[in-house]
Amino acid sequence: MSLAKGELAGPGKAGAKAKAAAKSSLWSDSLRRLLKNKLAVFGFAVVVFMFAVCFLGPMFSPYADNKINMALMNKAPSAKHWLGNDALGRDVLTRVLQAGRISLTVGLASMVLSVLLGGLLGIIAGYYRGVADQIIMRVADLLLTIPSLPLLFIAGALLSEWKVPPDYRMYIVMIMLAIVGWPGLARMVRGQILSLREREFMQATTVLGLRSRRKLFNHLFPNLVPLLIVIATLNIGGAILSESVLSFFGLGVTPPTPTWGNMIDAANNMIDFEKRPWLWIPPGLSIFVTVVAINIFGDGLRDVLDPKKGR
Amino acid sequence: MKDLLHIEQLKTHFSTEAGTVRAVDGVSLHVRAGETVCIVGESGCGKSITAMSVMGLVEGPSGKVVGGAIEFDGRDLLAMKANELRTVRGNDIAMIFQEPMSSLNPVLKIGEQIVEPLMEHRKLSRKEARARAIDLITLVGISRPEQIMDSYPHELSGGMLQRVMIAIAVSCNPKLLIADEPTTALDVTIQAQILDLLRSLKDEGGMSILLITHDLGVVAEMADYVVVMYSGKVVEEGEVVELFNNPKHPYTQGLLKSKPIINQRKDTLYSIPGQVPNPLELTESCYFHDRCQHCMEICRTREPKLKDVGQGQKTACWLYEEEALAHV
Repeated sequence: MSLAKGELAGPGKAGAKAKAAAKSSLWSDSLRRLLKNKLAVFGFAVVVFMFAVCFLGPMFSPYADNKINMALMNKAPSAKHWLGNDALGRDVLTRVLQAGRISLTVGLASMVLSVLLGGLLGIIAGYYRGVADQIIMRVADLLLTIPSLPLLFIAGALLSEWKVPPDYRMYIVMIMLAIVGWPGLARMVRGQILSLREREFMQATTVLGLRSRRKLFNHLFPNLVPLLIVIATLNIGGAILSESVLSFFGLGVTPPTPTWGNMIDAANNMIDFEKRPWLWIPPGLSIFVTVVAINIFGDGLRDVLDPKKGR
Repeated sequence: MKDLLHIEQLKTHFSTEAGTVRAVDGVSLHVRAGETVCIVGESGCGKSITAMSVMGLVEGPSGKVVGGAIEFDGRDLLAMKANELRTVRGNDIAMIFQEPMSSLNPVLKIGEQIVEPLMEHRKLSRKEARARAIDLITLVGISRPEQIMDSYPHELSGGMLQRVMIAIAVSCNPKLLIADEPTTALDVTIQAQILDLLRSLKDEGGMSILLITHDLGVVAEMADYVVVMYSGKVVEEGEVVELFNNPKHPYTQGLLKSKPIINQRKDTLYSIPGQVPNPLELTESCYFHDRCQHCMEICRTREPKLKDVGQGQKTACWLYEEEALAHV
């Protein structure tokens, strides 16, 4: 048939004509626009820098064994110990980096957990509706009505009460953060699914007789990915903050395992606060810089990926 | 010939806060194998809801098929379980929509969306399905099939997308294709091409088409049999030539009169006065009465039944009932 010729004109042509290498897939298009946003790129660079330094840094530190050395107790920064020493004579710089490993891991892991949990439950609630929706959303509402910090405090206090070994506490804290993190996420995902499922292309999949599994994972899920990426990114920052708060109060990850939060605990001590700023400024600054960088990057991502902004 | 699709007294109602909307109220129609049946009518007369009822797409808390029967190939579609219905949809009955732009998933490549029904219903492997998909794209008259397979919907024009939709719909050789205003969103030159394509596919594959449209030009070009709907009811039906030459119902006459005729200049095009009645305020009457030039006393109080008026034509109008004339 020769009739296809006439309709080749129009906006579609430019896209289809692009070279195979520069094929304007949705992803490469988004990436290009993200790279134009200098602030977001800067935020991303800072995040990558923090991750790299925290995970690789301690390998080059001569003080990675965390040996207690009373001779160096509370020493101010020097050429040998760039950020000084803490109350047990340990190198503060090394500990900040090691703490960064824990804090970033906890942030990342609890984000993954809450995205999995919230995403899955949100999809189920939005797609199947009915009883499943009622149960899931009422549980979510319940969790959302209780302010999360008191809830985390109680859980943290229980952990201390049951004398959970410090090594395990890290994992339990991840789970705790995921549990308070999923309801908001599930709500957003559910809302998105509710609007997507009424779209014509979803009706088309029904007409084609596709299975629910295929509809969910091949058709709905790809439409959710941009939303999930944005929420997930912003979630990491929140999780790092929550973990810090908990650890600051001694209810999260507890010493000797270092985290940024439990290191700032030093600021609780009037003398440390006034006389030894090298104990609490480095971890505090690390939290601040990391969270701000993640949020800047997340906002940039949202500008690029938000479906409402239109491609 | 046996009926492929047999709709009997179909009633699809929507319950709204203001009351029950009888969107489809006792519609019967038949599609035989290899036949093209057109449903014609104004917006809001229940054409699309009839089609959606056949596909089982009327769902949710408000809309419901409350009565009647839909039989496809001897099987009762209304009684089918979801799983059984799934094997019929896309396989035996396919459907294309009005808006090709929004009927394809924007984040999936065209190829991905064409192979799906093939893998689902024909149990083809991804590779086989892809090969078949390329054949299908060629079949619907798109050149460079390989490149189209790797494109996203937003990279193609509306006409191309409607071709893709048709390719997807006919991929499993359905016995019946339901086309819900397939050309309304396209410009006129593309319309003709799409209709040509549908007709050639029908002739090759021997499938039946249930075409829903408000465009009488499309009807004249495609239909074997025409069903005219008004306010959720069938007001007239018949063979296309009969109906065009000798429309019985005043509504059909009005529709035909309001169609522009080439080479015939008129100052103003005829339009049927008034509007479709509010479906919530219908009482027993001929629903067309307040727009009808031939309105009689009985039209306001009693509903005419669909009645044979010869030449295989049926109409629901008091003008053709002796009983009514006796009343006057």
